[in-house]
Amino acid sequence: MTTAPAIELKGISKAFGPVQANKDINIRVMPGTIHGIIGENGAGKSTLMSILYGFYKADAGEIFIGGKKTAIPDSQAAIAAGIGMVFQHFKLVENFTVLENVVLGAEEGAWLTPSLAKARKLLTELAAEYELNVDPDALIQDLGVGMQQRVEILKALYRQAEILILDEPTGVLTPAEADHLFRILEGLRAQGKTIILITHKLREIMEVTDTVSVMRRGEMTATVKTAETSPELLAELMVGRKVLLRVDKVPAKPGKTVLSVDNLRVVDDKGVERLRGVSLNVRAGEILGIAGVAGNGQSELLQVLGGIRTGTGRITLNGEEIDLTGKHSDAGTRRARGIAHVPEDRHREGLILDFFAWENVGFGYHHDPKYNRGLLMDNDALRRDTEAKIAKFDVRPADCWQTAKNFSGGNQQKLVIARELERNPDLLLIGQPTRGVDIGAIEFIHQQIVALRDAGKAVLMVSVELDEILSLSDRIAVMFDGRIMGERLPHETNERELGLMMAGITDTDRDVPVQEVAANLGHTVGAKP
Amino acid sequence: MILPKWADVVLIPLINLFLALFVSGLVVLLIGEDPVNAMKIMVKGAVGSTYGWGYTLFYATNFIFTGLAVAVAFHARLFNIGGEGQAQLGALGVALVCLALPWPHWTLVLPFSILGGALFGAAWAAIPAYLQARRGSHIVITTIMFNYIAYALLVYLLLGALKAPGMAPESPRFPAGTFLPNARDVFDMLGINFARSPLNVSFVLALIACFLIWLMLWRTRLGYEIRAYGQSEPAAIYAGISPFRITMIVMLISGALAGLMGVNAVQGEAQRLLQDNVLGAGFVGIAVALMGRSHPVGVLIAAVLFGALYQGGAELEFETNVPREMVLVIQALVILFTGALDNMVRGPVEGAFLRLGRRPAPGAAAE
Repeated sequence: MTTAPAIELKGISKAFGPVQANKDINIRVMPGTIHGIIGENGAGKSTLMSILYGFYKADAGEIFIGGKKTAIPDSQAAIAAGIGMVFQHFKLVENFTVLENVVLGAEEGAWLTPSLAKARKLLTELAAEYELNVDPDALIQDLGVGMQQRVEILKALYRQAEILILDEPTGVLTPAEADHLFRILEGLRAQGKTIILITHKLREIMEVTDTVSVMRRGEMTATVKTAETSPELLAELMVGRKVLLRVDKVPAKPGKTVLSVDNLRVVDDKGVERLRGVSLNVRAGEILGIAGVAGNGQSELLQVLGGIRTGTGRITLNGEEIDLTGKHSDAGTRRARGIAHVPEDRHREGLILDFFAWENVGFGYHHDPKYNRGLLMDNDALRRDTEAKIAKFDVRPADCWQTAKNFSGGNQQKLVIARELERNPDLLLIGQPTRGVDIGAIEFIHQQIVALRDAGKAVLMVSVELDEILSLSDRIAVMFDGRIMGERLPHETNERELGLMMAGITDTDRDVPVQEVAANLGHTVGAKP
Repeated sequence: MILPKWADVVLIPLINLFLALFVSGLVVLLIGEDPVNAMKIMVKGAVGSTYGWGYTLFYATNFIFTGLAVAVAFHARLFNIGGEGQAQLGALGVALVCLALPWPHWTLVLPFSILGGALFGAAWAAIPAYLQARRGSHIVITTIMFNYIAYALLVYLLLGALKAPGMAPESPRFPAGTFLPNARDVFDMLGINFARSPLNVSFVLALIACFLIWLMLWRTRLGYEIRAYGQSEPAAIYAGISPFRITMIVMLISGALAGLMGVNAVQGEAQRLLQDNVLGAGFVGIAVALMGRSHPVGVLIAAVLFGALYQGGAELEFETNVPREMVLVIQALVILFTGALDNMVRGPVEGAFLRLGRRPAPGAAAE
């Protein structure tokens, strides 16, 4: 075969200060294939793609597009070379229409009208060709995330991209939306487009790619045909050792009810009702997993339980009622009553990124007498405690004088989890336990959560990762639009059923084929009211 | 962290200062004076004699208080630019204490004048703080408006209730028992000859304030909460820290510090309440806090530097044809280079450090 690769990178290296983000990377992506790039956080995937898209300049190495050596000094050059990028965080103007967003930056001439007319025509053609149906006159802010992602893909195609790079595209999608995305990608492949899919989800790699390259610590460790590999093998290549993909746990022995929530309602600052009467129970020695697409009230549920938000309704902890008005209680008093909280967003809430590790380990518990000596804080005691926690949770680097921002995502999460779990709480609230955490650390964090449950504590876990919900939970509740859609036991349900419930479809519609549902999803799921 | 700490806190401010002085030299050259000579006069005037030191440190005392006031608020990410007004009110508080009784000795009055200055300054900061914490009125807007109200209030009082007999809008002179010992008196006791200057024991008070603020920020729960709140409000709420409480406490401390300037300026020097007791020190405090990176030690160093600029500038005006405004230009350049243009210097310095100290770290990787 003599076809030139769509993209070939030779000897790409890039360092940020002393950190070698990419080291002598070689990769060949053949045209008309879906090529997966998989690796842990910090493995260098995003750096590599940023070099390909002209955001960074490589220290060394060459890029060949369609067999021709090409310099990509900026993103304009990348677009000119036929490369399109769909970012993890969409780069759309919220109050522009789909059409305006597609044309933005690719207007021809000073007058907008001809470009818009041209774009409208092209959009109709693309929609017919690739099942990329989007209403060109809809405002972005009115579209669900799945639809917004389609707009990003359309933007790239409008710019005549032959090579499409998608960075963690399924992070915000329901399983059904993800399936639909994959069908779109397969359609694009059939038309001869080349697709690079960056992800850390093994399942997606196995499902949709032709070839997969594994990155670890800035290096390309392997490139294999997807058909000739297995998730276990890929995980091992990513982490560098054997990994347990499933959590080992004994059956739960639930005890008395620890947390009882009755008709909980939360209205946000804009007056939108985020929780519309949520009721649930968590018992001692069990993990209740809350599944749902991001933005359906799970965050608000955790925040109101953790004392960060106010609400109405009735919540009891070990039979005693908790004040929800915020007048008599805040996050501090919740902690004092035995509620530990690992927040969903550790950068925004869980850590002070510019504080040292030891300062973060006292965060929220800084009134604890063991960290204080009279008027002053006993920083030595806090540091000793931090060192013990760092050792027990294997936080790296094992240095309590590092600022939190210098730790990787997984190690930051370990710091937060060490802080909260070591309080031995009656109830653990934990949101997205392993978001942005590498596989090796995921295994460890899951073990810690199960250990807490086995010690007879109640755990309320919110996660958008269905795999995680299914493997960790003893009971699963699905949230949609501020309500609990229903509860399931993990061994009596599957991803498909949960996925439908996450999209707001109750079990009466069990026989509806996924495709039909998916076709309607874009307009309903995650759409802002 | 790319730069070692010493480069961050010492080297970069020094380079900034040097650049500011260099550009100032060019400006001096432009108005037809000799920059080298001007620099000599300034340095000699500021630190070349005990007289120069006396004035330099007297000004520095004011700037330490107002600089600490801004720095403390910075740690909670509150931009208190109402130091002028808070210091004016502090001066009023000090004056009321001094005028209240025929005080027999300064040691008796000092605790009360400290209290008076701090309370009045804190009270003046409390209103903008409350408006910020409860109603979201931006503190930059409210504190600066309160500066004008403070000036109007003092004029009103000095033309009415507090006016001394005579033409000038000022209060009667304080009783002699309130006068603070100045540097000349203190050094005389030690047998050292120190020229007459307004430098007084308030300087020691300022040093103590630096230490206490350092202790508060880095060794107490309150300081921990203030710094956490300043870094991230959502995280602070997550940790059970009340934004309302922190905003109020920080602004009260900040206002009290600004108010303490009155002890130095009014009780220590003027010995009466004037229309303007602050003379811009409230605004200089912003520059001092910026240059001192909101750290008490940095504030101390920056305050002494600005004190020297003030005193050296006065000498410059006295001995040459360089106008008073030129000194303001130099100060403005220092503020520009240390505050606004910090990143201009930082980039190249970081680059230089990377080239010098580059060492490959195998295995390290970043996204």
